[in-house]
Amino acid sequence: MEEKIAVQIDDLTVAYNYKPVLWDIDLAIPEGVLMAIVGPNGAGKSTLIKSILDIIKPIAGSTKIYGKSYKKQRSLVAYVPQKGSVDWDFPTTALDVVMMGTYGSLGWIKRPGQKEKKAALEALEKVGMLSFKHRQISQLSGGQQQRIFLARALVQNASIYFMDEPFQGVDATTEKAIINILKELRKAGKTVIVVHHDLQTVPEYFDWVTFLNVKKIATGPVKDIFNDDNLTKTYGINYKVSIKQ
Amino acid sequence: MDLQEYIELVFTDYTLRTITLGTAILGAICGMLGSFAVLRKQSLLGDAISHAALPGIAIAFLVLGTKNSAAFLLGALVSGLIGTFWIRGITRKTHLKSDTALGLILSLFFGFGMLLLTYIQKQPNANQAGLESYLFGQAATLLESDVWLMIIVTGISLVILLLFWKELKLLLFDPEYTKTLGFNTKFLDILITTFIVVAIVLGLQTVGVVLMSAMLLAPAAAARQWTNNLAIMVILAAIFGASSGVLGTAISASHNNLSTGPVIVLVAGAFVLISFVFSPGRGLLFREIRFRKNRNDLQLHKTLSFMYDIASTHEDISHPHAIKILNNFQGFTRKSLQKLEDKNYIKVHGNMWSMTASGFHTAANLYNQLVKAEEDE
Repeated sequence: MEEKIAVQIDDLTVAYNYKPVLWDIDLAIPEGVLMAIVGPNGAGKSTLIKSILDIIKPIAGSTKIYGKSYKKQRSLVAYVPQKGSVDWDFPTTALDVVMMGTYGSLGWIKRPGQKEKKAALEALEKVGMLSFKHRQISQLSGGQQQRIFLARALVQNASIYFMDEPFQGVDATTEKAIINILKELRKAGKTVIVVHHDLQTVPEYFDWVTFLNVKKIATGPVKDIFNDDNLTKTYGINYKVSIKQ
Repeated sequence: MDLQEYIELVFTDYTLRTITLGTAILGAICGMLGSFAVLRKQSLLGDAISHAALPGIAIAFLVLGTKNSAAFLLGALVSGLIGTFWIRGITRKTHLKSDTALGLILSLFFGFGMLLLTYIQKQPNANQAGLESYLFGQAATLLESDVWLMIIVTGISLVILLLFWKELKLLLFDPEYTKTLGFNTKFLDILITTFIVVAIVLGLQTVGVVLMSAMLLAPAAAARQWTNNLAIMVILAAIFGASSGVLGTAISASHNNLSTGPVIVLVAGAFVLISFVFSPGRGLLFREIRFRKNRNDLQLHKTLSFMYDIASTHEDISHPHAIKILNNFQGFTRKSLQKLEDKNYIKVHGNMWSMTASGFHTAANLYNQLVKAEEDE
């Protein structure tokens, strides 16, 4: 079967100082998958996403979005950073943060108008946060902040979504709400790539998985490669996980 | 000169009007741009830049041999910018953290500047008198041309601020996300930093190298207390800054010409203090009041619900009970009983209490109400 490749990574190597964080990564992510990136702390999961998004410059290698550089395909990509990467005491409201998702398509100087506001309100509704639209962001709970970040990415109306630990520090209700939205995105033909920590939920949530620990250990459909062998190779200990399928 | 005399003089006396206008505009632009420094968590950068400007002023004097405020501005600008780039270079190229880099550059440049100043003072050049006023500022030396320069710079930065408002807000909140959307963060970064440097350099003559950073940070810190909206914060900071300038000048002029810079900074400090204590949302006073009120209410409610548990064991809810049986409940006092009676939740007769229908009803719905109030907030 001929699959369309959404993200193609070749020979990617990234280092901050002397130690490589990512070493010679080759990875092809097919269109329309809901993929988890798993690996221990310091495995380079966030770095991988940030390299694809051109936030971090790699030492070597290339990343392509539908065959072209990120710079050219920016409008096809949306990003949900780690919740802890920003200061939530910043003087602004939930609606305003979601509106930021429209800034990219607006470009320089042009201000968001009614159309952008409408899109932002719809996204807020989708994540169940419409009644919090005028809330100062510091007064939101961790789960609500995560939903706001998700809404901001939804507004970008992209084809490929990158999410850095969207389930971190959220309660079970929010986790369910978020995963339902991710599954909806996949159903609509979008590609969703998620840095994930909870190995127990991988088979339930995702259909594709990449094992990463500085080097790429394995990548493919969850049902084929999510096994003790790959987990042990990635985490370095004899890992046993009960897989519910 | 007393304050009333001063107010009359502001409208008639040319010099005083120039100085007042100058400090007001300076305060406004510093407040405006200071908001960005505070929100970028680069508060100390202002301090480093202003100290780093001193050698530039001294070198400008050494080169020209006369005092020329335009040349001083240029010298301060160049050495301030060099200091800034070194700080950025140190943090990027070494393992040192930014506080170390800031402290290092601040002291080195200031030390070098002081060295040059003392060297200049030893020179037989009569022109050097007054150069040390750049340490603590001297508003009296402001000329009309200086004020015009401030107006122009403020106007330009205002236009740029409005033009790139969306991008700057995005950068302040989430720099990496800004980058993924395709905005040139390096350009925006340099834009903000340059304006902060320019504001500092403009203020050196009035407020001085040592105190300049307070001028930048105090109005912004005060403004943050009153609002959760970035635009309002920037406007408020400008107003606080301008008021500090005007009030500071007035106080210093009406009190035997106290040094203007320190007075302006102290007035700005007073704004911060007042804001920290009295602002409604984040202020210490109202927070304490809210905290106490909530605790008292909660205590009262706990007492009421304890009584409710007792009363509901009886068929007649208003059956009298001995006050003594409340004794094993922590947190109950005579005063809280009195309060409950005032609210008509209970009735007290001597050593007995009984619940009213309204008290019973309130207690029954208490938990639901508390949960609902939380949701509504």
